[in-house]
Amino acid sequence: MTDNLLEVSGLKMHFPITKGVFKRKVGAVRAVDGIDLAVKKGETLGLVGESGCGKSTTGRLMTRILEPTEGKVLFDGRDVSHVGQAGLRPLRRDVQMIFQDPYSSLNPRHTVGSIISAPLQIQNIPTPNGLKSAVQDLLKLVGLNPEHYNRYPHEFSGGQRQRIGIARALALRPKLIVADEPVSALDVSIQAQVVNLLDDLQREFDLTYVFIAHDLSVVRHISDRVAVMYLGRVVEIADREQLYKNPRHPYTVALMSAVPVPDPARRERAQRNRVLLTGDVPSPINPPSGCRFRTRCWKAQDICATEDPALIPRLEDPASHQTACHFPVTEDEVVAGRRPAGAQA
Amino acid sequence: MSSTTTGTRPFLEVKDLTVRFETDDGIVQAVSNSSFAVERGKTLGIVGESGSGKSVTSLAVLGLHRTRSNAKVAGEIWLDDQELVTATDEDVRKLRGGKMAMIFQDPLSAMHPYYTVGAQIVEGYRVHHKGVSKKEARTRTIDMLARVGIPQPEKRFNEYGHQFSGGMRQRAMIAMALVNDPQLLIADEPTTALDVTVQAQILDLIRDLQDEFGSAVIMITHDLGVVAELADDVLVMYGGKIIERGPAADVFHEPQHPYTWGLLGSMPRLDRDVRDRLTPVKGTPPSLINLPDGCAFHPRCPYAGRNGNRSFTEVPELRGGVHAVACHLPAEEKRRIFHEEVAPNL
Ligand SMILES: Nc1ncnc2c1ncn2[C@@H]1O[C@H](COP(=O)(O)OP(=O)(O)OP(=O)(O)O)[C@@H](O)[C@H]1O
Ligand SMILES: Nc1ncnc2c1ncn2[C@@H]1O[C@H](COP(=O)(O)OP(=O)(O)O)[C@@H](O)[C@H]1O
Ligand code: SF4
Ligand code: SF4
Ligand SMILES: [Mg+2]
Ligand SMILES: [Mg+2]
Repeated sequence: MTDNLLEVSGLKMHFPITKGVFKRKVGAVRAVDGIDLAVKKGETLGLVGESGCGKSTTGRLMTRILEPTEGKVLFDGRDVSHVGQAGLRPLRRDVQMIFQDPYSSLNPRHTVGSIISAPLQIQNIPTPNGLKSAVQDLLKLVGLNPEHYNRYPHEFSGGQRQRIGIARALALRPKLIVADEPVSALDVSIQAQVVNLLDDLQREFDLTYVFIAHDLSVVRHISDRVAVMYLGRVVEIADREQLYKNPRHPYTVALMSAVPVPDPARRERAQRNRVLLTGDVPSPINPPSGCRFRTRCWKAQDICATEDPALIPRLEDPASHQTACHFPVTEDEVVAGRRPAGAQA
Repeated sequence: MSSTTTGTRPFLEVKDLTVRFETDDGIVQAVSNSSFAVERGKTLGIVGESGSGKSVTSLAVLGLHRTRSNAKVAGEIWLDDQELVTATDEDVRKLRGGKMAMIFQDPLSAMHPYYTVGAQIVEGYRVHHKGVSKKEARTRTIDMLARVGIPQPEKRFNEYGHQFSGGMRQRAMIAMALVNDPQLLIADEPTTALDVTVQAQILDLIRDLQDEFGSAVIMITHDLGVVAELADDVLVMYGGKIIERGPAADVFHEPQHPYTWGLLGSMPRLDRDVRDRLTPVKGTPPSLINLPDGCAFHPRCPYAGRNGNRSFTEVPELRGGVHAVACHLPAEEKRRIFHEEVAPNL
């Protein structure tokens, strides 16, 4: 046995595009197109990338809300890729998901008490002191007033609603929580409160997290390892420090350099070093041949159009730092004060 | 704040702006006694959390409250020596889209679904340039689309807003806003819905256009990073009030208000080592219908007790010169707290 709680390999999710009354298949959205990832027990794995790159789809495959069109999902060593409702039952207890939009993910007609207790009832979990006290304990745990048991979601603020979602996810004492943009819709001060709460809960309950976000600063704060996604693929993965210090993939470099720095004194330097990507992300229906990033990459050469680069350690990197690029960015290229040679300003 | 030494008015000067909305639930004190100024060629950043009054401030400058019967506006708004609060609807309408223009967070809502992007920009141009031919307006529009980085502008001219990607749509709206060479550009969360890579392109574009045309820009955002990138001066808003105002470098390097400290403490930042824990503001923002007595921030402020009970009873005025703060703590005490208690945790 490894210390991996979750493993996915060769994972693909192709959503069919159909046409006409006979729903003839005319193509597919390759939302996730060949991903290998392992999530270690107790760690937080961050998933970042631009809108539409397949982060949420990956999360929904990991939790088996979606069934993959290809590839495997192993949870605690057990293949759950295609198991049916009965086989999914233990997974529904051990794996929970938290969503971005605390407004739409809670049923407006149910009280907080019934929202949080629903998973306990569905899974027939015994509650020695009664359901109500179990729910109140959960409310306390996430920093909400246990007296508010009978209130409705609209009576809470965005941050408080996100706490309700977290309480619901915790009800079954899961092993893994996949959080899809859990703080993106929140104001900064509330966002920080929720990040701290997730941190505390992880320590207290030995939780493993997959944290999906487009905000690179939040992901860096919360993750032990980070995977960068582009067009349905992982293009780089590494320990947090390693990734942010030595980004290898041109896309990772561009993404990081685009983050505005909250320090006016560094403004000019940040702008000088910025790698501006041109054009839009290509369609996942027809991804480019070879390396998918080549249409926006300043380092692209002929081979990039024909050979799909493998996700492997590059240069002198440790085995844990893998990059899918034929011409990885070197330290010299990213040293402070200089834009990578050839990159567009 | 940037102020001219010649004794004339700043290009945009807002004095004691107050905006209230009468609603069924009570009176919303959306903006209270706001004063600020922006010179040509300069950028003012307005930051604050949602509901703090940022958008209402900018809508008041544009005179958009005039269409809302429940809005009450008081104070003075001087744009290039013309007072706008007391101006006629007709005068304000002429300025809007001409001398002053706005870009929003959601460009689709600003675009008409049944008109092509090109037709809308042409229309906007001709409203403010009577007597210009359709052909001239078309040429001008295509130039603008090209100027904001839209590839194949002749082709894109004939497409609809929904056919554009998010970033392209935002560019088209910028082209629409800039077609009449506005001297004041108000951007309300223009990049909030965009990916960072696209955000960087749009911020770059706004910066370039400002360099080229010398417009005054008001950049509204909840992202302190965006403000640090663009703004010369900064307003921090809380509960409908300006609680800190000053040059960007001062506000970021020597912030003086406990709420500004909380905002900075809430942000993980790529330019610093990873902190063990974020140090956010506790609690939640106030309702503008029922603002707390005294300093509106007191229920969330860790220093509320330190100055007798004035925090609980007396609204602190925005005081100071170039760098002004609305807080009862003595200046010395604020400086000490920032350097000894706050800065080490940022
Ligand atoms: N049910 C579906 N049917 C068809 N296409 C889909 C479906 N779900 C997702 N997609 C497509 O798959 C791609 C990846 O979507 P996904 O939601 O995983 O992106 P994401 O990385 O989470 O983006 P965001 O940052 O905007 O949340 C997108 O092109 C999306 O439009
Ligand atoms: N037309 C309106 N009628 C009543 N209240 C309004 C109206 N427009 C804005 N408000 C209220 O004014 C306050 C400030 O809003 P706004 O300026 O939009 O905040 P933000 O800082 O998020 O831009 C909020 O409480 C908002 O609900
Ligand atoms: S493989 Fe080629 S195109 Fe792809 S990221 Fe590397 S250099 Fe760029
Ligand atoms: S006036 Fe008092 S409550 Fe308000 S910010 Fe200053 S110390 Fe805090
Ligand atoms: Mg998503
Ligand atoms: Mg707003």
